[in-house]
Amino acid sequence: MSGRSPTIWQAMQAKGYTRRDFLQFCTVAATLSGIQLSGLGKVVHAFETKSRPPVVWLHFQECTCCSESFIRSSHPIVADILLDYLSLDYTETLQAAAGHQAEKSYHDTITKYPGQYILLVEGSVPMKDDGIYCMIGGRSSEEILREAAKDAAAVIAWGSCASNGCIQSAKPNPTNATPIHKIISKPVINVPGCPPIADVMTGVVAHLLVFGRAPELDSQGRPKEFYSKRVHDTCYRRPFYDAGLFVESWDDDAARQGYCLYKMGCRGPTTYNACSVTKWNGGVSYPIQSGHGCIGCSEAGFWDNGPFYQHLPAFPGFGIESTADTIGAVAGAAALGGVAAHLVLTNVRKRKLINIDTKVPASEVPQNKEGGDQ
Amino acid sequence: MAKSKEAMVDISASPRIHTYDRVYVWQLPVRNYHWINAICMVLLIPTGYIIGNPQAVFSANEPYQQYWFGIVRFTHFASAFVFFFNLLFRVYWAFVGNRFSRWNNYVLLKKEQWRKLIEVVTVDILQLRLTRVMGRGHNPLAALSYFALFLLSIFQVVTGFALYAGMSTWWLPKLFTWVVPLMGGDMAVRQWHHLAMWGFIIFTIFHVYIVFYHDYVEGRGTTSAMISGWEFERKDDV
Repeated sequence: MSGRSPTIWQAMQAKGYTRRDFLQFCTVAATLSGIQLSGLGKVVHAFETKSRPPVVWLHFQECTCCSESFIRSSHPIVADILLDYLSLDYTETLQAAAGHQAEKSYHDTITKYPGQYILLVEGSVPMKDDGIYCMIGGRSSEEILREAAKDAAAVIAWGSCASNGCIQSAKPNPTNATPIHKIISKPVINVPGCPPIADVMTGVVAHLLVFGRAPELDSQGRPKEFYSKRVHDTCYRRPFYDAGLFVESWDDDAARQGYCLYKMGCRGPTTYNACSVTKWNGGVSYPIQSGHGCIGCSEAGFWDNGPFYQHLPAFPGFGIESTADTIGAVAGAAALGGVAAHLVLTNVRKRKLINIDTKVPASEVPQNKEGGDQ
Repeated sequence: MAKSKEAMVDISASPRIHTYDRVYVWQLPVRNYHWINAICMVLLIPTGYIIGNPQAVFSANEPYQQYWFGIVRFTHFASAFVFFFNLLFRVYWAFVGNRFSRWNNYVLLKKEQWRKLIEVVTVDILQLRLTRVMGRGHNPLAALSYFALFLLSIFQVVTGFALYAGMSTWWLPKLFTWVVPLMGGDMAVRQWHHLAMWGFIIFTIFHVYIVFYHDYVEGRGTTSAMISGWEFERKDDV
């Protein structure tokens, strides 16, 4: 059953792209993969000779914001080619096919091209109650995921849902929404974010196409080229942070001056993403530039680390306003109180021991010689 | 002891003479460790707190005119490194130092240590019995609190390096990157690192108080022993 798909160049020709379009695509893909101009020839050669990898894009528990982000890539030629014409064989939200037709397309891809197709997963998988909370074509998403991942050449988890569970896995996680790397045993490229930046998404796919293997990943399975720096470290408001200039409330003068949003609960210092470099919507802006703190949408469990406008998250079990400082201050005050009480107790209970060498009963007055006291 | 009705006489002008043994308890490396550790904590706790909750003190100035928050953070990181290597040294010394600084003082494995621990609690903490528990070096309760502090320090070092790794190129902090996914993200690590700070504050309250208490009640130089190394032991007490 296994077949060989045409090369990327052949596929583009078949769709009516010119050589010029092809070279443009190669250049953008090379740039996104971090290859310098002298390496362009190799990229062109790779795309002329490598067969185009079929792509299966699965949608589980998600809101489709990842797809929305992807189709708004600031290098539309890449998104167009990857998404519309080149290789996307199955994706629920964008495909023309429906019903049995769609199912057939999916099955054809995974059976005809084992070990060749790229699996993109958007959304988490509900594991509770045999996965009845997300069924497609009468099958649970877990079953579909396991089947599709089995022979995939590479698996990419799009967005925070697939990478770390996002909002549906926030406490108490009623459907036991599970990120896909916890379900399948294959290495997964996590591209977290709610949604991920379009250019990061195309960059990861371009890397896969150019090099034929996954980019270098960090300890959480995220591509290092996009997720190795914190939003804070590359933020244009960073000098205000180092200078200790902070916004204290949303309408103060510091906010108008554009000072650091650290005290307003900005999650930039604990969030690994490329927002402050790549920015959004074709490099127009990103949340902090627009005056709002980062909410850490690409970090695991960010919904449980609220409130978003508080530097320290609320401490579970102690009420919504309690932070680590509230608890610490109460415990510290209790310690001081305990110590003070003990000091009083000591002076009352151990008075004789403390005064043993100053006050004694008249009959025991020592005659200035070595003597015991017990 | 005398009957309660008998008159008390002030003898402080001509005190009783006691004979003391001078016991060398804390070796110089132990004392160095103690004070370096104390200084580090005095630096780390306020700077750490300020990092978590900075005050807007110079908001009229432009950022290029100042760097105070950067200096606070630098102080925190620099003293954290000193704190860490000092701690490592103390672990080494727990195996080569004298018997008062050895590891088996802090890990209570002997029945005798637990018996004594209960005695210390009844005599010094609850004060149910009005005697004194005399002994050289740490009593088991104190030793237990230092072991707890040691574990807390390890926790603080691990979470601290995990938070620091993102802005470091050195392999040492990078050894701790696994902590972040384990605890569920940088935000959670920050939370626990912050909460553990209060552990150090509360330890310090108890520690300083109880040292003063022992000196006050027993009068044998518990406080100065950490400066000189010598403890005094009254011959008629032992």
